[in-house]
Amino acid sequence: MSVNLSAIFYLISGVLFILALRGLSSPETSRQGNFFGILGMIIAITVTFLSIGNFSSGFAYVLIFLLIGGLIGAFIAYRIPMTAMPELVAGFHSLVGLAAVFVAISAFLNPEAFNLGSIGNIKLGSLIEMSIGASVGAITFSGSIIAFLKLQGIMSGSPITFKGQHPLNALMLISIIVITYLLCSTQSSNLFWGLLAVSFLIGFLLIIPIGGADMPVVISMLNSYSGWAAAGIGFTLENSALIITGALVGSSGAILSYIMCKGMNRSFFNVILGGFGATEQSSISRSKEQKPFKSGNAEDAAFLMKNASSVIIVPGYGMAVAQAQHALREMVDTLKKNDIKVSYAIHPVAGRMPGHMNVLLAEANVPYDEVFELEEINNDFANADVAFIIGANDVTNPSAKTDPQSPIYGMPVLDVEKCKSVLFVKRSLSPGYAGIDNDLFYRENTLMLFADAKKMTEDITKNL
Amino acid sequence: MEIDPFIFRLSIFILSIFIGYYVVWSVTPSLHTPLMSVTNAISSVIIVGAIIAGLAGNLENIFNTSNIFGFLAIFLASINIFGGFLVTHRMLQMYKKKKKDK
Repeated sequence: MSVNLSAIFYLISGVLFILALRGLSSPETSRQGNFFGILGMIIAITVTFLSIGNFSSGFAYVLIFLLIGGLIGAFIAYRIPMTAMPELVAGFHSLVGLAAVFVAISAFLNPEAFNLGSIGNIKLGSLIEMSIGASVGAITFSGSIIAFLKLQGIMSGSPITFKGQHPLNALMLISIIVITYLLCSTQSSNLFWGLLAVSFLIGFLLIIPIGGADMPVVISMLNSYSGWAAAGIGFTLENSALIITGALVGSSGAILSYIMCKGMNRSFFNVILGGFGATEQSSISRSKEQKPFKSGNAEDAAFLMKNASSVIIVPGYGMAVAQAQHALREMVDTLKKNDIKVSYAIHPVAGRMPGHMNVLLAEANVPYDEVFELEEINNDFANADVAFIIGANDVTNPSAKTDPQSPIYGMPVLDVEKCKSVLFVKRSLSPGYAGIDNDLFYRENTLMLFADAKKMTEDITKNL
Repeated sequence: MEIDPFIFRLSIFILSIFIGYYVVWSVTPSLHTPLMSVTNAISSVIIVGAIIAGLAGNLENIFNTSNIFGFLAIFLASINIFGGFLVTHRMLQMYKKKKKDK
């Protein structure tokens, strides 16, 4: 296949990838979009085979590796529970990053195969592109591994900080630039390996100071990095499909990080520099005195809800941990049978990744037109009878609006306290991730329900 | 004087960033998780580079270091391609409108 013809096919697959993302603008068109994505991938792979035009022993090995990888991927995709989606996405990011590193290594060791010059004499432009791709890929890989370990709970979700962390990171970033410069002037392979080593290390160091609830930002950021890594390799290979995809993924991840940061009213650098809980220790110990609160049981909750005409559900990460989404949906079904209007309010940073709660509710067969974003539903709390908070905490804290001393002051929150009554399902009175007390616990109209989220919703359903 | 082909690739890159910007802002927030998994899947088009790397060079000796890295990259990228598209499909299946319940 001629070079020009294959370039046109790569362009087509790039366009199909754009359509794949475009499809996600509504749930109706999204499945078609995914199909476009698959088609684009098939075209890209087929064209690559045809343009190499070599169907000998090597081809068999390529197919074998492709099939083994594919089987593993398909197996994971079918088996993974929806609550584990953040871990899965983090894990997949690490694979893209590592694949980018491997392709860059391969291109560095055998530049003739990629038309990049010869060993020790690689074209300057290609070498720079390759270094960027490899370095960003390596950062994506090690960063995603840490994110994965934190999300899986293998590594503690709390921020790990140490003295001199920021100067160290800055030093390493500078050294990446210096090594890249030296690599380009000397073409030494030792420097190439050095570049990879430093990049792996910095990915690791960048993510360990970031805590669990900041994971939505981290995952989006790593999503973005994996795109830039792909684009860097795309420039090296002079492949438009890769360049287009890299740019799409890169900007997609960047936008998601921006949305997540805005949802927490924190700047991107504030999140990246790490340690929410670590810097706010003083404010936790301050509010230790015991304040009065009301607690109730499933019967009380059922009574309140039975007499309500509208209920708004506020799910959070706790619902995912307790796997309570199906029990919740059964409770809502019972409510609906009693002609009670039910809707769901989702805060942008609820859960551990963008859209996390929406996927869980969709899994529990909640129709997506009952699920609303913060701006869409926030005015409705004043007219609703009951707010049912299940597994969320900081995103409902009224002190974000009233207390300028609060670390989360200015963060957009759900106005649940405007409801006639608030039901708060929680294991204990302990503060949420941000380490701050929630004023809502002590309000007149709040009833605390101390229990496991799943068990409590099941009990309420029985009492309805 | 001819324009360096790099400039054309750079143009594609910059314009794609803008396309990405507008397309992603139009994605509904409830589909942000599928967005992440599908971007994950499509960024594995890096397998193109992996295939070139795997099949490069002398065919009698397909297992030199450069090829092995190519094969490993094919392996990793295909986990992502199949896993990414299938898990996106699985999620999107759940977003079907349920008319029966109303």
